[in-house]
Amino acid sequence: MGKVRIGTVWLGGCSGCHMSFLDLDERLIELSQVAEFMSSPITDWKLHTPIKEYQDYPEVDITLVEGAVVNTDNVEVLKIVRERSKILIAFGDCAITGNVPAYRNLFKVEDVLNSVYIEKATHNQHVPSDRVVVPRLLGKVVPISHVVKVDYFLTGCPPSADSIWYTIKCLLENKQPEFSRENYRYG
Amino acid sequence: MSVVTLKIDDIECTGKVGQTILEVAKENNVQIPVLCDLKGLTPVAACRLCLVEVEGLPKLVPACATKIQEGMVVKTNTEKLKNYKRMIVELLFSEGNHICASCVVNGHCELQDLGYMVGMDHVRFDYLWQSFKIDSSHPKFVMDQSKCVKCTRCIRVCDEVEGAHVWDLRGRGINVRVSTGFDEPWGQNKDCTQCGKCVQVCPVGALFDKNATSSEMIKDRSFLQRILEGREAKIWVR
Repeated sequence: MGKVRIGTVWLGGCSGCHMSFLDLDERLIELSQVAEFMSSPITDWKLHTPIKEYQDYPEVDITLVEGAVVNTDNVEVLKIVRERSKILIAFGDCAITGNVPAYRNLFKVEDVLNSVYIEKATHNQHVPSDRVVVPRLLGKVVPISHVVKVDYFLTGCPPSADSIWYTIKCLLENKQPEFSRENYRYG
Repeated sequence: MSVVTLKIDDIECTGKVGQTILEVAKENNVQIPVLCDLKGLTPVAACRLCLVEVEGLPKLVPACATKIQEGMVVKTNTEKLKNYKRMIVELLFSEGNHICASCVVNGHCELQDLGYMVGMDHVRFDYLWQSFKIDSSHPKFVMDQSKCVKCTRCIRVCDEVEGAHVWDLRGRGINVRVSTGFDEPWGQNKDCTQCGKCVQVCPVGALFDKNATSSEMIKDRSFLQRILEGREAKIWVR
């Protein structure tokens, strides 16, 4: 049997989940024996227009998606990734609930943009409209499960390395991860 | 004292007349999820998480407020109940703005405990993202309405134990809020004795110590136990 193909994706999040992934430490070596990293922001990421990059997202067995869906690019990326992944995992609380990025849902998008780019800006006060540089924000930040079908939910902010390991191990061994306090945590 | 025998999840149980299904279930190590129930306060059956099936009854009944009866056959964990309970917890999460990562009681929260208990790996409903008030006018405590689950523990402990009745409910349906009289800022309320009982019994991060930050606050309910023991020993009567 060939190696299991894994990809990871970073949407509207702080990359803390990816950092936690690196906390697998020596288990990463064990993982590399049986799995191959096809695409991930922590392996090689040079282009600054993510949507372009994701057109080439490979066919994989498992994709971990970090971050909430906050802008139009996120929606497109997520749809591409879903199509090319056998199993898609919502990786961390932002992907699952919206979490901290979703705090802006308490305000109107225009008010948020005005506050950041005009009222509190000291130079060059204007809201960027060039979509290539800054993707358009959605009206509401939503969990990824509101856009595509999600197979597993890996909770935590960030998920502990143990939770990540447990989930991946289960999938590699063809077992269903069991959601319980012992294996996962919120927040 | 007369004894009542009943069956809870196929376990033969005995209890005293006047006990609730919840009390007898606990004594027999049958775990029933609860949120509004707290020993020492009058049950209100507000959260509906302790709903159980009783053979012969067409409706589900709250275990916290239903007295045991001879020959009762109670089921606490059927597929139907499991489904409802997960739905209730999900609706609670979707109604308030429960961002665990930034909450003062993260890791020590009864709503989180319930989430684990019902196996809530995600919320299937749309989050409402309602706008809520935070009242930080009190010198010692803060109330964040966005985390409130309307269990009314704060209202009951203030009324029944402290005797001040600072809090009550106002509004209807989704607009229900825990509120001081005339909705005045908490810090200006003359009835509040600053005892902090409401803060300690709050199951979530809606009421917390002023200087607590994320994951820091652990509620201490030992005072309730002292009061209960005092009541039982008839040290004082109300």
